[in-house]
Amino acid sequence: MNETLLISILAASITAGTPILFAALGELITERAGITNLGVDGMMLVGAATGFMASVTFHSPWLGVGVALFVGALMALIHAYLTITLRANQVVSGLALALFGSGLSSYLGKAYVGMRPEQTFEKLPIPFLSKIPIIGPVLFKQDALVYLSYALVLLAAFYLYKTRAGLFLRALGENPAALDAVGINVFGLRYIYVVIGGALAGLGGAYLSLAYAPCWLENMTAGRGWIAVALVIFALWDPWRALAGSYLFGGIDALGFHLQVLGIPVSIFILNMLPYIFTILVLILVLIKRGGRLAAPQSLGVPYDREER
Amino acid sequence: MRIKLQKSLAPNLVSQTLIPIVAILASLFFCAIFFVLTGRDPVEVYSAMFLGALGSEYGISETFVKMIPLALCGLGIAVAFRMHLWNIGAEGQFYMGACAATWIPLSFPNLPFMLMIPTMIIMGALGGGLWGLLAGWFKTKWQVDEIISTLMMNYIGILWVDFLVYGAWRDPNGKNFPLTAAFPQSAMLPTFGSLRVHYGIFFVLLIAAVLWIIFKKSKWGYETLVIGSNPVAARYAGINIKSNVLLTMFISGALCGIAGMVEVSGVVGKLQPGISPGYGYTAIIVAWLARLHPIAIIGVAFLFAIIHVGGFMLQTMGMPSATATMLQGAMLFFVVGSEILTKYEIKFTSSKEGEKNE
Amino acid sequence: MAGIPLISMRNIVKRFPGVTANDQINLDLHSGQIHALLGENGSGKTTLMSILTGLYRPTEGFISVCGEEKKFASPRDAIDSGIGMVHQHFKLIESFTVAENIALSQSSNSFLLSQEEVVEDIEKLGEKYGMSVNPRSYVWQLSVGEKQRVEILRMLYRNSKVLILDEPTAVLTPQETKELFLNLRKMANDGCAVVFISHKLNEVLELADKITVLRAGKVAGCFDRNDTNRYGLIEMMIGRKISVAQSGTKGEALGETVLEIDDISALNDVGTLGLNGLSLKVRAGEIYGIAGVSGNGQRELAEVLAGLRPVKSGNIKFYGEEITGMSPKNMIERGISYVPEDRLGMGLVPSLNSCENVILKEYDKPKYSQGWWIKEQAAVAATKAIVEKFDVRMGSIFQPVKMMSGGNLQKLLLGREIASKPKLMIVLYPVRGLDIGAIESVHKLLLQLKEANTAIILVSEELEEIAELSDRVGVIFSGKILGEFLIKDLDMERVGSLMAGVVEDKGESV
Repeated sequence: MNETLLISILAASITAGTPILFAALGELITERAGITNLGVDGMMLVGAATGFMASVTFHSPWLGVGVALFVGALMALIHAYLTITLRANQVVSGLALALFGSGLSSYLGKAYVGMRPEQTFEKLPIPFLSKIPIIGPVLFKQDALVYLSYALVLLAAFYLYKTRAGLFLRALGENPAALDAVGINVFGLRYIYVVIGGALAGLGGAYLSLAYAPCWLENMTAGRGWIAVALVIFALWDPWRALAGSYLFGGIDALGFHLQVLGIPVSIFILNMLPYIFTILVLILVLIKRGGRLAAPQSLGVPYDREER
Repeated sequence: MRIKLQKSLAPNLVSQTLIPIVAILASLFFCAIFFVLTGRDPVEVYSAMFLGALGSEYGISETFVKMIPLALCGLGIAVAFRMHLWNIGAEGQFYMGACAATWIPLSFPNLPFMLMIPTMIIMGALGGGLWGLLAGWFKTKWQVDEIISTLMMNYIGILWVDFLVYGAWRDPNGKNFPLTAAFPQSAMLPTFGSLRVHYGIFFVLLIAAVLWIIFKKSKWGYETLVIGSNPVAARYAGINIKSNVLLTMFISGALCGIAGMVEVSGVVGKLQPGISPGYGYTAIIVAWLARLHPIAIIGVAFLFAIIHVGGFMLQTMGMPSATATMLQGAMLFFVVGSEILTKYEIKFTSSKEGEKNE
Repeated sequence: MAGIPLISMRNIVKRFPGVTANDQINLDLHSGQIHALLGENGSGKTTLMSILTGLYRPTEGFISVCGEEKKFASPRDAIDSGIGMVHQHFKLIESFTVAENIALSQSSNSFLLSQEEVVEDIEKLGEKYGMSVNPRSYVWQLSVGEKQRVEILRMLYRNSKVLILDEPTAVLTPQETKELFLNLRKMANDGCAVVFISHKLNEVLELADKITVLRAGKVAGCFDRNDTNRYGLIEMMIGRKISVAQSGTKGEALGETVLEIDDISALNDVGTLGLNGLSLKVRAGEIYGIAGVSGNGQRELAEVLAGLRPVKSGNIKFYGEEITGMSPKNMIERGISYVPEDRLGMGLVPSLNSCENVILKEYDKPKYSQGWWIKEQAAVAATKAIVEKFDVRMGSIFQPVKMMSGGNLQKLLLGREIASKPKLMIVLYPVRGLDIGAIESVHKLLLQLKEANTAIILVSEELEEIAELSDRVGVIFSGKILGEFLIKDLDMERVGSLMAGVVEDKGESV
């Protein structure tokens, strides 16, 4: 295959996969803490809308990113309150968040549809590294947020496996009673991680509206938040696998686009179906291989209730 | 004096009905804040919605029209949720039902009404039912989480319909618009006079009544209740969980598929993209708010139809129709959050009693 | 032994809405002393320890540590004061290693995880007290006894001076129990104060220096070990004399062979062999008691008989019919009844009411159903009959069963099973967690069932219970029946050895 084409597809895979990666990292952290937050898609949308609005109004994409982080965190806080303090059903609460986020984002972003931002995140080639054949332009000729995503994956993996706090995080999802017995504040920690997860989801959305597109359209995630949720499962709650999975999905996105450009006569609708079909297939494959949800954090989805008489 | 939450073990009828109502009111208040923050008078907004939906013959008719698919999907979702099968795929099952039902008038346009409609109903049920069954099969065979699979299948189903109406099923006389040929009269559900309200409403009433009886008194209703409450005990009792998952997903999908058939046959008269403005998702909220009770689902569906039609009317005020979705999502939040109040009791205690370290 | 107590709890009162769990309790714990806390369920011993470990704040009263009054605002404070507890249900993370679990309790505030230090310290501690565990192994790989050691090591790692153990011997073989007692004695001699919560009188009398008996939230008595005996303690615990249920026939005139299990093997949840060549026979009207430490295949055996677990090899015959591998429904249809240890999690559905629970296994039979429909009237009538016959106490038969007390739940469960006129019943730990009154009732019910010619397999941790009720006793170890005794030949010492896997008198282990 033509080298330029290959590079183009691979680089596009990374760009397309980055919003999913942010969201997946966020949900991974939340679920490691033992809480399921299905509202990822809603938080992404609100992050995308508010980030876009802030960026256009104040002429600063970075401010947009900040706002998206904040808003995502805020929305996750609602979910945290409902599921941790009020012990509500996590599935339904997450759904409510997704639906509410979808409606809210459309409501807020209405006036901004069709606008083009003056500034977006430009590609920043890293000197030297971007000259490496093939890998160079693919990995190191991306925008700042993509580099941020690389750093976040590294940070997440390090935190999770090499630090005491990471040990606590892993314990939270497995057996919160064990932490409680040692006097660690289970509720407080869970709040923190759910909120962080929301912020990252917001960031993922902001990437879509500030870098990937860049613009704001109603429901522009096209279900990417849900793909991120699925991704966390077959990444087995591990940051590196999440990275690989995100780029895989980005790849399908990118492939579809490139096939169109090349004039290959596959219906665009069938192409668009691919990520979703793929998600199901990969999930099945992973489950066959791993024999069910053996790898899930044991207390995932179970509200923590200190036993009282 | 301290306020303490204490587990109350007996479900209290008063709290079960009162609290959702309070929750709905609270959500209205919550959204009002958003309106105020964006420079709108909430009273103006809400009255516009209410009047838009119920203030005219057209409005009322539209409200009923919207209520029908919401209720049907809600009933389908309730069937699955009762067993803790989180069928998020109502939307996709709706589309597949509509698609399957459409195939009949397109392929056999000369069928008489008495054959056409029942066949379309069966096809609608099959289309949605098989789509749901597929997700059920993924679950029983490989433990694929139905939330993910049904959700993905929503997108696939919607795109499939797009594929058909932009391609093979496109009306050659349709001036290149992505829609099928119009259905012959024999494929249309009758309406009430000149109103848009169609006979689909009978489906709603019939299915709700049947489901209510089945839930309460049938063996299958009992089995699904036990499985949803405690799958371990269900297995212990010899209840076959796998076959119930498959059956339930089929029936759940079938009801949503019928909703799809009813929409193309009673309202639209052809298949085109976007025949559902998210009924499948809204119906989830409807089912949950109604606590999966078939009769209550009709009432809540009606309420949500009011919001939906009202929201549509808001567009004349320059507000997006998505305002309705926002409102509905908020309602779900508040109801979900308020559930704890039905599980717990609030007790006022003196400061020393019942103190616990948090 | 005299001197300032390590811990002094004075005038402790703890009130919850509607109940006073602790009423003016005084407790002194001295270093070097093993103090047993004895009492029935509901006597307040768990609440008292929850206060001591910082989980609850007392309504009245105070705690002093080495003479200094302390208020525990959270479990952390209690841990910092040197108080540690091993709970009945271990607070361990199965997918972590031993070292990682213990690291969780580290008081260090270091940012990075340093496994090596922890590993070394664990090895040292293990050697010192003779409780070695491989710090690098994963907790899910350990036996129950080893897991308990991890919990104890965790306390020692934190320099706990007050060691509280809640029913520690429930999961140990007699051998392991002896070892544990030796270790506890060592720790006491090293200056710790050990608190030992138990309802097993023999063990309490063997191990403790001082015994405090709680009853209905108050201290019923506090003695030095030498100043009391078994019967005195029991009376103190329940406030009255008890009658011991007498078994009827003992191994005479039994009926035909109902169940014949021949060399079956089955996998357990972790994937290893839970049953490993198990064989036994039970006859109609016979109570076959299975003694053994929990976790040696009892649950797997019951699940195999109930159709909930597949059999890898071997076969099972029921009245001569081959039933190996049949579904739960088939087993139920044949009159095989399983009374699980998890009453509210498996045997009953907590959110459903009594009527809905009574028909749980038989809803499909003509008794309760017709065509597609359930006969509500029949269900209600049957429930009322059971409630009356078995003296089940509850608010209303239309209330969710989770509102019922443990004893009544068990009576409802047993009542339902007995009312279904089973031909074979396998019942696991029937009196676990019940107070003495309920225990009496349950034993009477089992004996009545035996009179009705049902074959019963009784699995229990209490050797006394097995000795009282059984006609024959089998000892289960590692998925096999290692030895069988007629009740008249019962030799407790042999049983104890078999429970630990020691077959020959020479002490060779299996």
